[in-house]
Amino acid sequence: MSTAAETITGAPAEKGRSLWIDAGLRLKRNRAAVTAAVILAFMTVLVVVGPWFSPYEYDFTDWDRILIPPDIASGHLFGTDGIGRDIFVRTLFGGRISLVVGLVATIVSLVIGIAYGATAGYLGGRVDHIMMRIVDILYAMPFMFFVILLMVLFGRNIVLIFVAIGAINWLDMARIVRGQTLSLKRKEFVEAAEALGVRPFRIIRRHIVPNLLGVVVVYVTLTIPQVILVESFLSFLGLGVQEPMTSWGALVNEGAQEMESAPWTLVFPAVFLATTLFCFNFIGDGLRDALDPKDR
Amino acid sequence: MLAYAFKRFIGALPTLFVLIALAFFMIRAAPGGPFDAERALPAEIEANLRAAYHLDEPLVQQFGRYLADLVRGDFGPSFQYKDYTVTELIMTGFPVSLRLGGLAMALAVVVGVAVGSLAALRQNSWIDHAVMSVSMTGISIPNFVMAPILILVFAILLGWLPAGGLGDGSPQNLVLPVISLALPQIAYISRLTRGSMIEVLRSNFVRTARAKGLSERTVIVRHALKPALLPVISYLGPTTAALVTGSVVIEQIFGVPGLGRYFVQGALNRDYTLVMGVIVFYGVLIVVFNLLVDLMYALLDPRVKY
Amino acid sequence: MSLLDVHDLKVSFETNDGLLPAVQGVSFALEEGEALGIVGESGSGKSQTVLALMGLLADNGVASGKAEFEGQDLLGLSPARLNRVRGEKISMIFQDPMTSLNPYLTVASQMTEVLTLHKDMTRREARQEAVRMLDAVHIPDASSRLDRYPHEFSGGMRQRVMIAMSLLCRPQILIADEPTTALDVTVQAQILRLLDEIRREFRTAVILITHDLGVVAEVCDRVIVMYGGRVMESGSLHHIFQGSRHPYTRGLLASVPRLDQERGGRLQGIPGAPPSLSRPPTGCPFEARCAYRLDRCTSVPPPLKERDRGHRVACYAELIL
Repeated sequence: MSTAAETITGAPAEKGRSLWIDAGLRLKRNRAAVTAAVILAFMTVLVVVGPWFSPYEYDFTDWDRILIPPDIASGHLFGTDGIGRDIFVRTLFGGRISLVVGLVATIVSLVIGIAYGATAGYLGGRVDHIMMRIVDILYAMPFMFFVILLMVLFGRNIVLIFVAIGAINWLDMARIVRGQTLSLKRKEFVEAAEALGVRPFRIIRRHIVPNLLGVVVVYVTLTIPQVILVESFLSFLGLGVQEPMTSWGALVNEGAQEMESAPWTLVFPAVFLATTLFCFNFIGDGLRDALDPKDR
Repeated sequence: MLAYAFKRFIGALPTLFVLIALAFFMIRAAPGGPFDAERALPAEIEANLRAAYHLDEPLVQQFGRYLADLVRGDFGPSFQYKDYTVTELIMTGFPVSLRLGGLAMALAVVVGVAVGSLAALRQNSWIDHAVMSVSMTGISIPNFVMAPILILVFAILLGWLPAGGLGDGSPQNLVLPVISLALPQIAYISRLTRGSMIEVLRSNFVRTARAKGLSERTVIVRHALKPALLPVISYLGPTTAALVTGSVVIEQIFGVPGLGRYFVQGALNRDYTLVMGVIVFYGVLIVVFNLLVDLMYALLDPRVKY
Repeated sequence: MSLLDVHDLKVSFETNDGLLPAVQGVSFALEEGEALGIVGESGSGKSQTVLALMGLLADNGVASGKAEFEGQDLLGLSPARLNRVRGEKISMIFQDPMTSLNPYLTVASQMTEVLTLHKDMTRREARQEAVRMLDAVHIPDASSRLDRYPHEFSGGMRQRVMIAMSLLCRPQILIADEPTTALDVTVQAQILRLLDEIRREFRTAVILITHDLGVVAEVCDRVIVMYGGRVMESGSLHHIFQGSRHPYTRGLLASVPRLDQERGGRLQGIPGAPPSLSRPPTGCPFEARCAYRLDRCTSVPPPLKERDRGHRVACYAELIL
C-alpha cells in the first residue's frame, strides 16, 4: 500500500566523524573550557614543582618576619603567617594535598561506582532492585555529618579522608552507570554478544564499560572539585589534615582568623582553591556539552 | 493522597533506621569511651557511671533502649553540658538554625529561579553569559571562603553590617550569614532553572502553544513555567541537605549559636550523645523534607500516580 | 487570487558549522478548500517550509521570501500580528501527539484558551464549543473527558484532540505535519479519514506534510515533491502518480509496494543517499543519485518549469511518459 520514503535511502554518503573526534572539536571551540584547562595545567605544574624552587620549607618558621605582607626581597612572595611560615610554599603544599585527595578519592568512588552500577544494571531484576534500594537509602544520609563523625572518632588521618570521601561519592556514579548500562543492554551489539555465548562479566568489561567512558569522563571532572571541596571543608573545621601539613581548606581557616590584620593570609589560598574549583567545573561543563551535542 | 503520603512515609522508615543504626554503632565502635577524657576515675565510680548510662548492657540492648527513647523524643543526656539533655540543647539551637536556613532557602529559590529563567529567556545574550559566569563562580567559591570575604568587605572595610553573633536579634545580623549560606544554592538553582527552562521552551507542547497564537508571555507563564520548575522542586531535597551542612560552617564563622555550632563543638569535645543527637535530628529532618518534596511533586505532576 | 501564496521561500540555520540551508527557494499557492500534499524524505525541507510560515522555526532559523495571506506577508509580521493569524486563521497539528499536548494542563484548559483568546468567548461558552468539537472528531463521551489530562488518552485520541483544538476557530488553513507517522497503521487510516471528513465539513484548506505517498494519494488534490530543500515536481494527483516526469518522483513511486506487482518482483530503492546539509550541492540536489544525469545538472539547479497545465517539473532530462 505505502512505504516510507525514508527507507529508500542507502548508505550514508558522508563519512561520519567519530564521536570522540567530534567531541574534541567542539571542546576546542569552547574557549572557557580551553582557558580553564590551560590555567589548571599551569596550577598543577606550579603546585608540583614550585616547592622545590622556594627558599623556604613548608614548616620553617622565619622568626624575623612574622605576619609580613607579600615581599619579594625576602622571598616571601605571598607573605608569612602568624608563626612566620611562608604562605607561598604552604599554599603550594596545600595544593598538593588538595589535588591528591581530589584525584585519589575520585578514583576510589569511580571504581566502586562503576562496579556497583554496572553489576546492578547488567544483572537487572531483583538484584538490581535491592542494590538500588540500598543506594536510595544511603543517598538520604547526611553524609557530611558521618564524615565529620568519622574524623572525630577515628583520628584525623589522610587515608581515612580518602576512604570517607570516596565512599560518599560513588552513589552518583553508581546511579549513572546503572542507567547507562540498562539502556546499553538493549542495544544490538550487546544482544549479539550475548547470542554468541559471551559470558556476562566479559560483556560488561568489553562492551559496556567502554561505552560508559563519556559519562565517566564528565563525572570525574565534576567530582574532583566536589572532593576537594569536602576535604577543604573538613580541614576548615580543623578535622582534615593536621599541622604542620596543610591543605587549602586549613589555610583558608587560618587566614580567616588573621584576615583583619593580614588579609593576604586568606586571599592567596582562597584564590588558589576557588580557581581550581572554577577550572574543573568549567572543563566538566565543556566536556558535557561536547559529548552531548543536543544543547548546541 | 493521604494514603500515598502514608505509604511514602513507611517507605522512608528503613532509611531512618539505617541512619540511626549507622550513627549509633559507629560511635560505639570508636576507640575510647565518653569518660576517658576526665582524669582516671576509680574503677567503681566508672562502673557506676557506666551503669547509670546503661553502657554496661549488651550493644543491641543499648540500641533498643536508644530507639525507644528516640521515639519519645529523648536523645539522652549530654556528656559535656552536664546539666542539659541533648533534647534541650537541640531545642535551643534549632530555632536559630531554622531561621537562618529558612531565609537562605527562600532567598536561594526566589533569586535562583528568577535569574535562571531570565537567562533562559535571553539565551546566548550577554545577560545569559553573565548569569552563567557569575553562577559558576558562585558554585566554585565554597561558602567558608565566601563568608570571610563578605565579612572582610561589608563588616570590616565598609562597616555596614555586623561581623558576627546575633547581637540583639535585629535583622541586619542575619544578612551576611544568610547570604553566605544562600549564594552557592542560588548558583545551583539558577543553572538548573535555566537548563530546564531552555529544554521546556524547545519542547513540542510549547511549539503547540505558540502555534495557537498565544502571546509569548502566556506561553511562558501558562505552559512553560510549571514544567520548568519541577526539577527545581526535586532539587529542594538536596538543597535542604546542603543548607544544613553549610550552616555548620556558617554558624561557626559568624558565631551564630545554632545547631551546627553545637555539632562542631560536640564533635571537637567528643560529646557523643550530642553529636549523635544532632545527626539523627538532621537526618530525620532531611528525610522528612525529601518526603514533602516528593509529595509536592506528585501534586504538581498529573502523570505521577498515587 | 490564491488563499496563500508562497514565493521563493528560503530557510537556513545558523550553526557552528556555518549557515546551513534547509529550504532553497520554494514557491507554491494554496487555493481555498484545497488539500495540498508536500512529500519528501526527512531533510528535504518540507517541515521547515511550513514551520517558517507559522513563525515556529528554531531560534537559530532564518526565513526569507514572501508568504502572502489575506494581503499580508506572514514572514514579515510582528509577533502580535502573527498571533492574530496563528491558531485563528491558520492552525497546525504535529507529528507526535504524545508530546504535542501540554502534559500538565487538562484538555479543557488547553482547548478553551484558544477560544477565550481569539474569539473572546467566556469560559463557559468555550467549554461548550470544545465539547462540540471533540464530538466532531468522534471522541466518545467528550464532556466527561474534557477535564482529563493528555496522558489519559491514547495516541490516536490525542491526535484527535489536537485536530479538534486546531479547528476550534474554524481556520481557513490547517497544516498537518506528518500527523499519522507516530500512530499505528489502523489508527493512521482513521485519522486520515477524519482529516478528509473535516476538510469537507469545515471547508478548510489542508497542507499535509508527509513522507508517505500512500497518504497523499488518499487525501490530497495536489502534490509537491521536495528534495534537498527544493521542489522537484508539482502537480495534480494524476500528474504525479500517472504522469511523473521527474526521475526522483519516479524512483519514489517505484519504491512503493503494490498489490498488483508480480510475485517475486523486487521492490526498487533509489541508490545513494540525500545530500548533506553542510555541503549543499551546487546543482540539482538529486544529481548524485540520478540515472538520467546530464553535464549541466552538476553546475546549475534546473528551474521549475510548467510542462503541462499545473504540472511543473525541475529537471533538464525532460523525461517523457
